[in-house]
Amino acid sequence: MADREERRFAEVSRESVRLMAEGAGVELGDDVAALLAEDVCYRLREATQSSSQFMRHAKRRKLTVEDFNRALRWSNVEAICGYGAQDALPFRSVKEGELFFVEDRDVNLVELALATNIPKGCAETMVRVNVSYLDGKGNLEPQGTVPTAVQSLSDDLLKYYQQITRAILGEDPHLMKVALLDLQSNSKIAALLPYFVYVISGVKSVSHDLEQLNRLMHMVKSLVQNPYLYLGSYVRSLVSSVMYCILEPLAASINPLNDHWTLRDYAALLLSHIFWTHGDLVSGLYHQIVLSLQKVLSDPVRPLCSHYGAVVGLHALGWKAVERVLFPHLPAYWANLQAVLDDYSVSNAQVKADGHKVYGAILVAVERLLKMKALSLSQSAEGHSGAHPGSVVGAASYRVNSPGLSPPPEPLSEAALGIASHLQVGGAGCHWEEWTPVPLPAMYCELYSFFGDSLAVRFSTGPGFGTHSPCAPSQLSDSRKEPPGPASNLDTTRKMPQLTANLNISPRQDGSPRTDPPPPSLSGTGAVPRASSMQRSKSSSSCSRQRSAGLSREVFPKARFTSPQTTPPAFSFPDNVCNNSACFCCSTTYLCTQTARHRQGGQTCTSLDMFTLLPPPASIVCACVRVCVCVCVCVTDCMS
Amino acid sequence: MAAVQGGMSDADIETDIKTEPSTDGFGNNNANDGRVLSASPGSGSSTGSNKQTAAVTPEDQQTLLAVLQFLKKNKLIESVEILRREAGLPENSLDPKATESAGAGSGGAAGIVDLEGGDVSSLLSRVTGSSSAGAQAPTKVAEDQPDVRVVLSAYSQQGDPTLYEVYYSDLKKFIETVLDCHRAELSQVFYPLFVHMYLELVYNNHESEAKAFFEKFSGDQECYYEEDLRVLSGLTKKEHMRGNETLLDFRTSKFVLRISRDSYQLLKRHLQERQNNQIWNIIQEHLYIDIFDGMPRSKSQIDAMSGSLAGEAKREANKTKVYYGLLKEPEIELPLDDEDEEAENEEGKPKKKKPKKDSMGSKSKKQDPNAPSQNRIPLPELKDSDKLDKIMYMKEATKRIRLGSDNLPSVCFYTFLNAYQGLTAVDFTDDSSLIAGGFADSTVRVWSVTPKKLRKVKSAADLNLIDKESDDVLERIMDEKTASELKIMYGHSGPVYGISFSPDRNYLLSSSEDGTVRLWSLLTFTCLVAYKGHNYPVWDTQFSPYGYYFVSGGHDRVARLWATDHYQPLRIFSGHLADITCTRFHPNSNYVATGSSDRTIRVWDVLSGNCVRIFTGHKGPIHSLAFSPNGKFLASGATDGRVLLWDIGHGLMVGELKGHTDTIYSLRFSRDGEILASGSMDNTVRLWDAMKAFDDLETDDFTAATGHIHLQDNSQELLLGTYTTKSTPVIHLHFTRRNLLLAAGAFNP
Repeated sequence: MADREERRFAEVSRESVRLMAEGAGVELGDDVAALLAEDVCYRLREATQSSSQFMRHAKRRKLTVEDFNRALRWSNVEAICGYGAQDALPFRSVKEGELFFVEDRDVNLVELALATNIPKGCAETMVRVNVSYLDGKGNLEPQGTVPTAVQSLSDDLLKYYQQITRAILGEDPHLMKVALLDLQSNSKIAALLPYFVYVISGVKSVSHDLEQLNRLMHMVKSLVQNPYLYLGSYVRSLVSSVMYCILEPLAASINPLNDHWTLRDYAALLLSHIFWTHGDLVSGLYHQIVLSLQKVLSDPVRPLCSHYGAVVGLHALGWKAVERVLFPHLPAYWANLQAVLDDYSVSNAQVKADGHKVYGAILVAVERLLKMKALSLSQSAEGHSGAHPGSVVGAASYRVNSPGLSPPPEPLSEAALGIASHLQVGGAGCHWEEWTPVPLPAMYCELYSFFGDSLAVRFSTGPGFGTHSPCAPSQLSDSRKEPPGPASNLDTTRKMPQLTANLNISPRQDGSPRTDPPPPSLSGTGAVPRASSMQRSKSSSSCSRQRSAGLSREVFPKARFTSPQTTPPAFSFPDNVCNNSACFCCSTTYLCTQTARHRQGGQTCTSLDMFTLLPPPASIVCACVRVCVCVCVCVTDCMS
Repeated sequence: MAAVQGGMSDADIETDIKTEPSTDGFGNNNANDGRVLSASPGSGSSTGSNKQTAAVTPEDQQTLLAVLQFLKKNKLIESVEILRREAGLPENSLDPKATESAGAGSGGAAGIVDLEGGDVSSLLSRVTGSSSAGAQAPTKVAEDQPDVRVVLSAYSQQGDPTLYEVYYSDLKKFIETVLDCHRAELSQVFYPLFVHMYLELVYNNHESEAKAFFEKFSGDQECYYEEDLRVLSGLTKKEHMRGNETLLDFRTSKFVLRISRDSYQLLKRHLQERQNNQIWNIIQEHLYIDIFDGMPRSKSQIDAMSGSLAGEAKREANKTKVYYGLLKEPEIELPLDDEDEEAENEEGKPKKKKPKKDSMGSKSKKQDPNAPSQNRIPLPELKDSDKLDKIMYMKEATKRIRLGSDNLPSVCFYTFLNAYQGLTAVDFTDDSSLIAGGFADSTVRVWSVTPKKLRKVKSAADLNLIDKESDDVLERIMDEKTASELKIMYGHSGPVYGISFSPDRNYLLSSSEDGTVRLWSLLTFTCLVAYKGHNYPVWDTQFSPYGYYFVSGGHDRVARLWATDHYQPLRIFSGHLADITCTRFHPNSNYVATGSSDRTIRVWDVLSGNCVRIFTGHKGPIHSLAFSPNGKFLASGATDGRVLLWDIGHGLMVGELKGHTDTIYSLRFSRDGEILASGSMDNTVRLWDAMKAFDDLETDDFTAATGHIHLQDNSQELLLGTYTTKSTPVIHLHFTRRNLLLAAGAFNP
């Protein structure tokens, strides 16, 4: 019993008791000391046991001096002060007396009082919340951060990720379509978002592979369109990937056979879509984008394809961006471009073709700028909204939808189209530039000085398109094989893209006019061309509506044009083949006709109508004839 | 210890305390009279206005007489007068004759079922042991105080000390040789016998024999008595016995054993044959043997139920009917959704509305047969704000995630940083918008865990200025300048051990080591009331689910039921043999469960103040309790790291969940009761499949009147998940209305 107890409890020996007593000046007998010692032991044990209760209720594992003092107070014993320090107290022994004591150093109060290094108070108690387990799975992110996703993915998610990436980057186009569709609608992939974003950021490593770049862009589109995903700060990463595709002189563009233009167009639209739908997630995104676009545009060392990207990027961001960046920059840029376009040397052929692309892009951009500006002016000046209230409301509602954006929100081209037609309907009989306020004509004049004449020049000086024609059929067949793919364009498009594409599309589009064209959002894989071709078709149809001749008239002459040269099956490309590449060209073509019309002055007719019905001025006739020739050549190219 | 304290405390305090038993007395007598708690909580009728009737039972009268005698002896004339007046006793009733037969005890002991008709000594000792420190004061002062002598006198009968070992080993030998089926049952006798014999030896100053006895036989005892044995081993002197609470408990309460008739006969025959009177006397005097007919129980069955300080619960103790059903929810005009629908389509409205009403109605209109009547306990009326909150609750409930074994909850952990080991209690509001912490530095801190900051009400002068007619007057009264994330409330003078938000989020309760329970306003962030009554640390407190009432329990071994507008308790629940460590309200507010260091859980009827259930089986102090949302089950967690599940209606243990390795400080059922979450000192939260645990037993045959449980060890199947923290003991758990699990604890670097 005795030794067992000794193992369990600390014992106060009778010697210690006697020493203590002597210290207090009392002599104790042996038996008294023994009794006292035993009692002291017992009381100590009792106090310890009670103090452990306090510890338990304080939900601690460590018994503190405070606990013990409370227990002492319980039994009405004075508390022992001075031992509450956090650090362990040094315990020293004195050999002679077999005494142990706590070392107690003197504290110099004066020094303490005059000390300058006043100790800081201890840190404030606070509560931090941390999602420790999500759906029963551990969250390994550091405490205090709110996790955007669970770090450790479930096997299912991991499998999904692998399947999706494999499908999208793999060979099977059908599989890719399915994967993209799922990515667009799956509600449970929030955890995978960082992974997908990482994959997308791999654009830089595949800049030689146009196909992969396209697929990655489609992946971006799916992610952006997924309503269940909160992109948060990943927007930045996505935007940088998209910008890469727009602006960089991709390795893929070294080979003129690669249609990187389409990729740039697509990426630009994607950019505007991301910006309009998720722009509020990252502050200052608009300005960053505009700045980087401007930087590229003003850098003459950059290749023309980069400039092209900058222009389409600005165009996609809206007419305000165009007005703010492109328009003031145009005079300076024009000189460079002119130089390129005026160089007829064979070695320059490639660059010149690129220059034409840029030229076309600028044309589209400024045309839209003019139109939108005219609209905004007419809206404020005329205040007449009866004709197409829907479009105006649409524009207004869009503004409401994107509050707090840094740039002034502008109506998307949906509205723009409606407005354009409204404009022309409203202003029936008179040309719009005649009644627009002053700044617009000034702008128009300036732009006209650049483009007005060059239109004709462009057609007339088209470099020998026959030279590249042999490539066309193979390209064509390629593009046929991949219906959803960004229709790799005919090689000839680089020479005279407008015409081929225009002829392919316009009859069809015009034949089935749509009253309610979609906004330039990416409503489908084929959305890009549709959007802008719509713009074209819509406006052209509005043009035709304007006149009594109407659709049939416009279609008819085209048919006349095409029919002689066409052996129909080859000519009528499936929609999805002629899609992407067509978009830009057709709009440019439209612009040509428009501009031609402007030059016509009061005559309200399109160039094509003009060609057939009216005695046109020589230059126009000339242009139209060239168009005709071009078409013939192209078609024969295709056929051969 | 208590005795020492009492001796030092001054007379004022003593009188103060002395009056208490009298209060207790009528509190319980109220119940006996069938008087309900004040009919309307707001009416202000106090328990003090008491009509004592002649319906006092003889036992009660004896009790009173004993108390009176005691008071008189200590010259507390005033208290005597008061008590007599309250009890309606004639002045001459206090004569020696009466005391002789007096059943002693105090009013405070009325809750002790098992002591009715007990002898003077034990009841008196209960007084000293349980409620008043003052009562023990004289013990110290006058050594030869008759009362105390009586307490211990049972040990005065003296056998030959050297024979104790012989007796004990003889019995041991006998029990070892009986048939297996009886051995387990009879082995139960060892522990109480051992303790009593040891104490007798100590009491009679046979120190060396006592030591030898302890040495020889302490190793035989069940491991779960280890803690008590440790206390015993330190106790070797008669003087130590005085004031040792554990001992008083042992002496004064009869250790309850459940033994089958066959086994009991066997034991009896053996003892009589051997003329082993020493042991027979102890069994007769100090043990209560609950004999049942039928098969003897197995060792595992016995082990499951034993472990408490006073043996198992008597079967009768758990026979009372308990209305465990939920109260009918008040019907509330349904939410705005309806309006939306109306606005949308007029024709569809009638069709749509009907099913909705039905679904609501089926829940609320059908009265649960097990539910108490709606007004059994007067509950506060719903205010408009409460109704709004109810609507919010219902809306949230529709968005609740259905949890289950394959759909585990997500956990948000609220970590208290820089708490310096000082966090002692945590509570969340029901809507999870606020979190409160009680700290060892006596502060109560409230944080807002939503972006909405905490604001005080403006000062009275400013309040005069605002337009009282305006619609947003509730918003206007708030002082924007005081908006902050954290409010600290000072008032206690000791660590805050218990904390509880009122359901309407306007009040906060805190209980502290300083013996008070404080009510704080969360509008002004000031203390409104300090409820004094417990003179020792108050370990826990909790608001009733309907507000207004609250319960507290502490070191003084009683739980008290209070109403916020009464400064004295409405009920005192007395019966535990050691500290009350945790208190919980039943969801229907008619019952209160208390867990104690005596390793039992008691369920008390708020209406009558009686103990209606005693659950034994834990092997350590109980630190957490949780009622299942349907009110049928109770879960309890203790320092032994086990969670036990109880069927309240049948008064049975229905499950044991093993897995934790340290004290369980928090238990919580998910909102629909599918999952039980337990948080422990071992830095884990564990999730248990409560559905399965309770479903399995519905197939069991509950009619077993013997109440013998047979638990299968399926903890591993029921354990759904173990969530670990880095180094943060989990001291509170809370399910949000949508079933997100919130856990809280202080980071312990």
